Amino acid sequence: MNFEFTEEQKMIQQAAKDFAERELLHDVIERDEKSEFPAEHIKKLAELGFLGMMTDPKYDGGGMDTISYVLAMEEISKVDSSVAVVMSVCNSLVIWGIETYGNEEQKQKFLRPLASGQKIGAFLLSEPEAGSDATSQRTTAEDKGDHYLLNGTKNWITNANSASTYIVIAQTHPDKKHKGINALIVDKNSPGITLGPHENKMGMRSSDTHSVMFNDVIVPKENRIGEDGFGFPFAMKTLEGGRIGIASQALGIASGAFERALKYSMERKAFGTEIFNHQINAFKLSDMAVKIENGRNLCLKAAWLKDQHLPYGTASAMAKQYCADMAMEVTTEAVQIHGGYGYVKEYHVERLMREAKLTQIYEGTSEVQKIVISRSLLK
Amino acid sequence: MKILICISNVPDTTTKIKFVNNTTFDNAGVQWIINPWDELALTRALDIKDAQPGVIETITVVTVGSQETEPTIRKALAIGADKGIRVNAEPKDTFFVASQLAEIVKKDNYDIVICGIESSDYNGAALGGMLSELLDMPSVSAVSHLDVINGQVQLKREIDGGQETVEAQLPFIGIVQKGIAKEPRIPSMRGIMMAKGKPMEVFEGVGADSFTEFVGFDMPKPKAACKKIDPENVKELVNLLHNEAKVI
Amino acid sequence: MSVLVYTENWDGKFKKLSFELVSYANEIAKKLNTSVVVVSIGNVGEEELKKLSNYGASKILNANNEKLNGLNNQAYTSVLAEAVAKENATVIVFAHNNSGKAIAPRLSVRLKAGLATGVMTLPSSTEPFTITKKIYTSKALANLVIKTPVKIVTLLQNAFGLVEGPASGTIEQFNPELKDSDFKTKVVDVNKVTGKILLSDAEIVVSGGRGMKSGENWGPIEELAVLLGAGTACSRPVSDEGWRPHEEHTGQTGKIIAPNLYFAFGISGAIQHLGGISGAKCIVAVNKDPDAPIFEAADYGIVGDLQKVLPDLISAVKELKAN
Ligand SMILES: Cc1cc2nc3c(=O)[nH]c(=O)nc-3n(C[C@H](O)[C@H](O)[C@H](O)COP(=O)(O)OP(=O)(O)OC[C@H]3O[C@@H](n4cnc5c(N)ncnc54)[C@H](O)[C@@H]3O)c2cc1C
Ligand SMILES: Cc1cc2nc3c(=O)[nH]c(=O)nc-3n(C[C@H](O)[C@H](O)[C@H](O)COP(=O)(O)OP(=O)(O)OC[C@H]3O[C@@H](n4cnc5c(N)ncnc54)[C@H](O)[C@@H]3O)c2cc1C
Repeated sequence: MNFEFTEEQKMIQQAAKDFAERELLHDVIERDEKSEFPAEHIKKLAELGFLGMMTDPKYDGGGMDTISYVLAMEEISKVDSSVAVVMSVCNSLVIWGIETYGNEEQKQKFLRPLASGQKIGAFLLSEPEAGSDATSQRTTAEDKGDHYLLNGTKNWITNANSASTYIVIAQTHPDKKHKGINALIVDKNSPGITLGPHENKMGMRSSDTHSVMFNDVIVPKENRIGEDGFGFPFAMKTLEGGRIGIASQALGIASGAFERALKYSMERKAFGTEIFNHQINAFKLSDMAVKIENGRNLCLKAAWLKDQHLPYGTASAMAKQYCADMAMEVTTEAVQIHGGYGYVKEYHVERLMREAKLTQIYEGTSEVQKIVISRSLLK
Repeated sequence: MKILICISNVPDTTTKIKFVNNTTFDNAGVQWIINPWDELALTRALDIKDAQPGVIETITVVTVGSQETEPTIRKALAIGADKGIRVNAEPKDTFFVASQLAEIVKKDNYDIVICGIESSDYNGAALGGMLSELLDMPSVSAVSHLDVINGQVQLKREIDGGQETVEAQLPFIGIVQKGIAKEPRIPSMRGIMMAKGKPMEVFEGVGADSFTEFVGFDMPKPKAACKKIDPENVKELVNLLHNEAKVI
Repeated sequence: MSVLVYTENWDGKFKKLSFELVSYANEIAKKLNTSVVVVSIGNVGEEELKKLSNYGASKILNANNEKLNGLNNQAYTSVLAEAVAKENATVIVFAHNNSGKAIAPRLSVRLKAGLATGVMTLPSSTEPFTITKKIYTSKALANLVIKTPVKIVTLLQNAFGLVEGPASGTIEQFNPELKDSDFKTKVVDVNKVTGKILLSDAEIVVSGGRGMKSGENWGPIEELAVLLGAGTACSRPVSDEGWRPHEEHTGQTGKIIAPNLYFAFGISGAIQHLGGISGAKCIVAVNKDPDAPIFEAADYGIVGDLQKVLPDLISAVKELKAN
């Protein structure tokens, strides 16, 4: 056991913190209000190599470990989760999926531009009728010999508009149920792809979320990841890692709100003293600190297991569920500590509270995480 | 061209300063950073190198200190310096440090040596000048702009209420201040990874004198209560600001 | 033996800083039972040079040579080294400004003389020579001992003030040896800048709040700012009202600044406002409400009507600048 971060991990953490404070903080409120995609910010983040930070350098990635990724995600999410989610989808879902299960040709063609941050990716699993129950895929990838013909609708797709590379989960052999599903790498500019309007969301408003419609979209056979029918296990495996990203995001939302609340409590006076000195607030902050520490340890544990190539599915589900629920609690209290000021945009905590809510929903709701965790108890 | 940048390892500027028994700086829990002026100097050197590939051959950073200063050197390498040097010696005073650095400068043919105008710990503002005198090299202080054009350095230096454009013969020592670069760079993942493979040389310190010695530290007096001034006697306020607070 | 002072001139004139350096050196000279010699480099008239004697200069070495126009670190160091030798100086005083920082360290090496930079007071003892300076950007103080026989100090501006002490002030032409090898840098252009000071760069900030009553009343704030070379700022409601541009909005949700001096006129001192200015080293508040929270944060305060205080303040600052 060793709780000490390496020099490199600390350097990455500091780099992410500097980036968040210098590049994201100044206009995060405005972007949230206008639902404006942070294209320029993402470009800079990509140039620093954060979008493919864990990928093997031989494919132009950063070669960092998952612990570093947790630290960086936390720092970025303290300030702007709409940016952090781009980082999470690229690193944990799209890039990890291709790097782990793609063939060499796919890696050369698709992984390189993604890992170096020249292109960004999106992961298309959810459908109008298939959310928590991802097995009931209605999007079809019909086998046409040398290509697949893609038809159907995906909902809630993060980066739908800004991405160039999609990973689409679709049904090829409906009779085989989830064993007939495939994962395909799809060029977003393929004819037959249309996007629904930008979703007008409660939080993470500047992340670009759309429905994606496929109408006879031709996908070359060589773009299938893995064997025929590998799509469902592929998606589940990918989400296991994705949860570490979202758990760290939730952790960052919580610690960002906590830091603001702590500072505020030592400045704001009521009844002649700083509100921190009213013990209920000090205890609130103490509870928040304990929860955040727990959450961080869960994230780091899951990341460590992944880095050691040990099974991490249950650990990542625990981290995701705990951190998401914890972020909701902590941000709610952070708003409370700010009083009326917490309820307006300038103080950031109301936004963090809106952002926290999403972490309980996407990449598997908190309820779904409990299903995963409880199933593992029986094993 | 070869550039050498002298960097010092200082506590993060947000650090709460404490001393043990008023004699030693309490470094428990302190986060160490590259002295802000030195980091800007490095940023400027990298900007010049990027803008004119091939003109600047190498950027080397050097620090005098124990092994604990190595993360600071590696941060500079991660940001983009090509080579790091550490002189293994415990800094005694500015003259001692300058003497160590002079030995390093003599080892190679650096065209430009850059130092920050001061370090944020002891605020000495003397290292660059001492180093240039030890080496008998020309120096320009308070440099807020530095460029290399056709193999010549172009400088702007800050003076009271303005700037002077100065030419200097090479090799020279630039002592730089705020304005030399906009914002320090953030190291990229690639940079952090490559830093591991970049050369870091360690030289043993040379014997050198120290001219001065810190004999004790103190904390400034805590903020006093607001001094009220009679509205009929505004002159008194100006007088206090001038003579007591010394801010105008 | 002597205490040597280097003072620069500004277009042939000395400033208060020059007299302050001489005053300071004179106090050290008294402790050492010796006298003050001043070195002036550049073209300064006799009458102007003579002024230095009011503060204790016994001798003024006037190095007026065209080759020395424009600060040249190496050449100036040589001039001073020669003066030190000639006058057998044991303490040398510079200003802690750009020229002092440029020359003093070089001279320190040339003479093997220990250097204490940015000092604020007289030495607490001359044997050993012990002196206090601020460190960690004013967050702490240190006592420094200079161990060498010859000592050099650079004095922070305004740290000591003026002390009159008339002395003979003999002016002596000084023609130091100038070596070509010292002239490796050359000033090719001088550019004096005047213009609006960026709020974030400003050492002094003059700020107004709702107590200013209207955007039209900002004239005196701007006038004071120009006088002091200061930036201007305001509280949030002021920029919300459109009295002032949004860039000036200071506070937790606006700009966070840390100037040396911050003037708050008609600002109540709400926590959100203080969040942006608490890093200021000195805060002056003018408010008609004696219980306004701004006074808790302020170092100096005037309880009164700003409409009256502001013009008085402007004339008092003008008076100060005139001297
Ligand atoms: C902003 C945003 C971005 C998204 N980005 C992406 C993306 O990039 N790619 C992608 O593929 N998807 C994305 N999603 C989709 C997200 O993963 C789904 O919304 C999520 O999985 C839940 O599915 P659902 O919305 O259909 O809810 P449902 O599955 O209909 O769930 C409704 C409620 O029922 C509960 N529930 C469902 N089944 C059970 C059960 N068995 N036991 C107990 N409770 C149950 C759920 O927990 C939830 O509370 C995104 C969603 C949002 C809102
Ligand atoms: C979410 C939120 C964020 C905020 N963020 C900021 C922020 O970043 N920065 C900020 O400044 N504010 C901010 N505020 C506003 C803050 O709460 C205060 O309302 C504001 O700072 C008050 O501005 P003021 O001091 O100019 O006005 P007031 O509070 O109205 O004070 C005016 C003062 O002028 C004095 N006065 C009036 N006439 C005279 C006179 N003739 N002579 C002398 N004194 C006179 C009065 O005694 C009074 O103290 C924020 C508020 C909210 C809700």
